[in-house]
Amino acid sequence: MKRLRWLIGLLAIIIILGMVIYYPFESLLEWQSEFLKRSFSVLFLCAVFCLWRIFRGPTAADRAVAIDILGILILGFCAILGIPTGRDWYIDIGIAWALQSFISTLALAKYMEGRNFDE
Amino acid sequence: MNEIIGLFFITVGLFFDFFGCLGLVRLPDVYNRLQASTKSVTLGTCSILFGLFLFKGFTAAGIKALLGILFLILTAPVAAHALSRSAHKMGVGLCKESVCDEYAKEKK
Repeated sequence: MKRLRWLIGLLAIIIILGMVIYYPFESLLEWQSEFLKRSFSVLFLCAVFCLWRIFRGPTAADRAVAIDILGILILGFCAILGIPTGRDWYIDIGIAWALQSFISTLALAKYMEGRNFDE
Repeated sequence: MNEIIGLFFITVGLFFDFFGCLGLVRLPDVYNRLQASTKSVTLGTCSILFGLFLFKGFTAAGIKALLGILFLILTAPVAAHALSRSAHKMGVGLCKESVCDEYAKEKK
């Protein structure tokens, strides 16, 4: 029974994702840029999941994990955004954002390490 | 032909990103969430960057995408390891179903 529920949920997720990505295109001439525009919706959904985990994580470590994941996702955002617009400097913004996110994650980890709940 | 292979890589990356963030929401524990989300989101973003490289070829943006893959593979496990270590030292407990905790025995 439990395995059946998992299977139904997995099929529903795959069908929803397929409908978002492979919904029939209006103009077949520019299907690549249409596809890239539509693939933003999946990344926006991922960012909403991360923001939900930041909003109600039980501890501070959950929020730090979600911030780290959001910083990696923004690199993917900037990489996709560079293709249909044809501008090359979006990937620079993405790499700089990932570098800042890495340093801030290390600083958050060192800050959380010095504070104990027992003391 | 390169662009079609690039779109295939971008689609695979989007699927990995989505399932990683689903694990971030669904799993019961800090360590499980870290385990699920960090690895698959790193692989998905690397796949998206490789798709960008296949689109652009050996221009400035393509080389920067390859540098981004290298940087991401080097830094994401370091950040995840530091976060899990600090969470264990902070006193965040494991979930109810977990079997053993070797690091707590090591600290005593």
